[in-house]
Amino acid sequence: MSNAVIIKDAVKIYEDFTALKGVSLDIKEGEFFTLLGPSGCGKTTLLRMIAGFNSIEGGDFYIGDTRINDIPAHKRDIGMVFQNYAIFPHLTVEENVAYGLKARKVSRKEIPGRVERALEQVQISHLAKRSPSALSGGQQQRVALARAFVIEPNVLLMDEPLSNLDAKLRVQMRTVIRKLQRQLGITTIYVTHDQEEALAISDRIAVMKDGEIMQIGTPKEIYSRPANPFVAGFIGVSNFLDCEIRSSSSGSQVILKDAAPLPIKLRKEFEGKARLSARPEQLFFTEQGMPGKILFYTFLGDFIEYEVELEDSQTLTVNEYTKDTSIQHDIGEQVHISFDPDKISLYDAATEEVLSL
Amino acid sequence: MTKKSKKIQLDFWFFVRLFVILGLCLFIVYPFYTIITKSVFSNKVEGLTLYNFVRFFTKPYYYTSLIHSFVVCFFTVIFATLVGVPIAYLMTRYNIAGKKMLHIGIILSLMSPPFIGAYSWIILLGRAGVVTKALASIGMNIPTIYGRNGIIFVFTLHLFPYIYLYTSGAMNSIDSSLEEAAENLGMNKLRRIWSVTLPVILPSLLAGCVMVFMTCLADFGTPMLLGEGYTVLPVMVYNEYMSESATNPYMASALSVVIVSCSLLVLLFQKAVIDRKNYMMSSLRPPKEIELHGVKRFLAGLPIYIIVFLAFLPQVVVVCQSFIERSFSGVVKGVNLNNYRSIASKLSRNIRNTYVYSLVAIFFIIIIGILVSYILVRKKGKTATLIDLMIMFPYVIPGSVLGIGLIIAFNKKPVILVGTSAIMIISYIIRKLPYTVRSGSAFLYQMDPFIEEASINLGVSPMKTFFAVTARMMLPGIMSGAVLSWITCINELSSSIMLYSGRTSTISVAIYQEVTRMSDGTAGALATILTVTTILSLLIIFRLTKGKVKIV
Repeated sequence: MSNAVIIKDAVKIYEDFTALKGVSLDIKEGEFFTLLGPSGCGKTTLLRMIAGFNSIEGGDFYIGDTRINDIPAHKRDIGMVFQNYAIFPHLTVEENVAYGLKARKVSRKEIPGRVERALEQVQISHLAKRSPSALSGGQQQRVALARAFVIEPNVLLMDEPLSNLDAKLRVQMRTVIRKLQRQLGITTIYVTHDQEEALAISDRIAVMKDGEIMQIGTPKEIYSRPANPFVAGFIGVSNFLDCEIRSSSSGSQVILKDAAPLPIKLRKEFEGKARLSARPEQLFFTEQGMPGKILFYTFLGDFIEYEVELEDSQTLTVNEYTKDTSIQHDIGEQVHISFDPDKISLYDAATEEVLSL
Repeated sequence: MTKKSKKIQLDFWFFVRLFVILGLCLFIVYPFYTIITKSVFSNKVEGLTLYNFVRFFTKPYYYTSLIHSFVVCFFTVIFATLVGVPIAYLMTRYNIAGKKMLHIGIILSLMSPPFIGAYSWIILLGRAGVVTKALASIGMNIPTIYGRNGIIFVFTLHLFPYIYLYTSGAMNSIDSSLEEAAENLGMNKLRRIWSVTLPVILPSLLAGCVMVFMTCLADFGTPMLLGEGYTVLPVMVYNEYMSESATNPYMASALSVVIVSCSLLVLLFQKAVIDRKNYMMSSLRPPKEIELHGVKRFLAGLPIYIIVFLAFLPQVVVVCQSFIERSFSGVVKGVNLNNYRSIASKLSRNIRNTYVYSLVAIFFIIIIGILVSYILVRKKGKTATLIDLMIMFPYVIPGSVLGIGLIIAFNKKPVILVGTSAIMIISYIIRKLPYTVRSGSAFLYQMDPFIEEASINLGVSPMKTFFAVTARMMLPGIMSGAVLSWITCINELSSSIMLYSGRTSTISVAIYQEVTRMSDGTAGALATILTVTTILSLLIIFRLTKGKVKIV
């Protein structure tokens, strides 16, 4: 049986507002799929609809070929890792992990072996007899993980599982989760508001906002070709500039204030007001380009982050890698900024539709 | 496409809600409704009438009881505050020697049966009291324990723990930087307490005052034993309803309506004040304990030692009394176990009744408590609000009033419960359920709701999850509430004395009767049984909750 997850036009309505406005997803078997977005975007709502804890006001949910809309939560055979772990405090670590197996009437002979293997996989075999209250956050996280995948679910759901851990542990645990998921090949749906985490861990990401999907793509696609200004601003750091696009028989040009026009390639014909979005590392200092003044800089080791004020008093962030240059600009210094027109993103100022290739 | 279903789900919780609401309507709303309807009728006048109320407010015989009740409640609140607040302050701010024991002692004296206090003070300071006689022999006369002053004295010693518990809770949560800020701004210590500490604890103090006021207003045993002509409302209700000469259920109902109205007024007053003045305190640094040494430490503790000694004395007196055999004229015949032998032969039925009724009541209280707490916390909605309101109603209905309500409601066909064990047990469940529900729902509020979802997600049905996980984890909260329910059940007097029949009498009723019959010895032995059970039960919850029991 295939464990792909297909969601068609999912709608969630709370009394007076619509939390999901017709979301469709097509998650492949064995994929690590992330729902990313700011709080209130509907990502957890969607996850809880898949798990069966939220009612479904519209749409169809499939796991493989089975429509799960009307299957009660406890019969969906979906593993879930909760934000605060939700470890049973009255059971030991191994009893926690065995809980789902007992509910599935797995034979008594088989349970200890499977529990032991699961604990081994998350490297906490030595804690098997402990009570959860004696565990650290990271260890509880591992118990929650083992408890969720030991039942060999069709799909594994994770609701911000790392948000309660400190920064260092978060990075460590996300590697543990990713390796384990690869090894087991379980289709996984992961919810987070941390864009860095999403980029690091996912096969594909769906960026959500106000109950709608903004863009679905691989981390690389989403980072380098954001579908709209929201995605560009939410994923990583982006500089936005107002510009104009003119087209002629020889091609299109982007025109910025105080700078020479630059030739660009567009996915369709366009003329008029547009918005340009550029990553700090996509901007660089040159001889000619937009004139500006260094306002402030922060030395961050492998790169220097400059804050540059343009003549119309817009500010830009420009990152210059220390391995690429030995020059360090000073506060107040006059500079010129340019970019590679093939790397930046352009959007229609009115519709926010993406224009660049 | 699944449609949004607004239909009522006919699941387990629907039926629980249905049965709880039906039960509450039948045993709280309906009895109280019958009281109200009875109160506007009379055997003297035809049809609907305010005759009873007019009589109440015009005949001194009746309205003095209202005045008496208010005088007693008012002064008890004042004295309990004057005793309770300083003790709370000393206990939270200084390293008083034996703090833990004192704290437990204060809670024990609150949980002991209230009328046992009155009875002990009669033994000590009554007309034939031990202390009275001893002092009289050296030519000293002490003020009488009977009447208004005695009632206020006994109430104060019994109820100051409420003030202590409420205010010390608030004092512990004051951020110490608040007082430091006042000090830094140039306030001396007394003005600091007056201008910062007191206003901040005021809402809690008021809540404590309301508890004291309501308990005083509803209590029957103490003013009955000590009053001697100084009649308060609950005693008046009892007299009107139970007096052998002329039973007047109409007047008793009207009196009940007056008492409940008073309680409601007090509650509304408290709500109005507290809603206006409630400080949110995020205590980052709880106040530090000041280290005292030697004489200073002893002097700081002295007032507490004296008060706790006085509050605990009744328990000791009762136990001593139980081993002293007296003749009918009161002469001591010896120290032995004859009192216990005597109650074992004469009053074993009462003892059995007390324990059987309370155990049965507790069994139901635990089950209903778990289900209701769950509904209140996890199944919020209109029905939950309604249940919450009705469950807490017994807080404002004195036991004697509920007793009368149950009698009037269930003394005719089709359901005759009067005189049965069932009605005793029902009244215990109704009156003592709030303790367990309060404690259980408070506990559930702190419980992670995702734990239940984790269980369901792992393949256990919601129903099984509730019993295997939720109920199991709620147990500590439910049990510590249930122990309080249990203690108050075994000590219950005010509704038992209305509802008992020859076969269904309990220990507390027997104590009351023995005391009025001047059989101090047997009363002492019975009271000792209650006191020892109470203390043991409390010690068990202190153990179970590691001393973190919440009485209020």
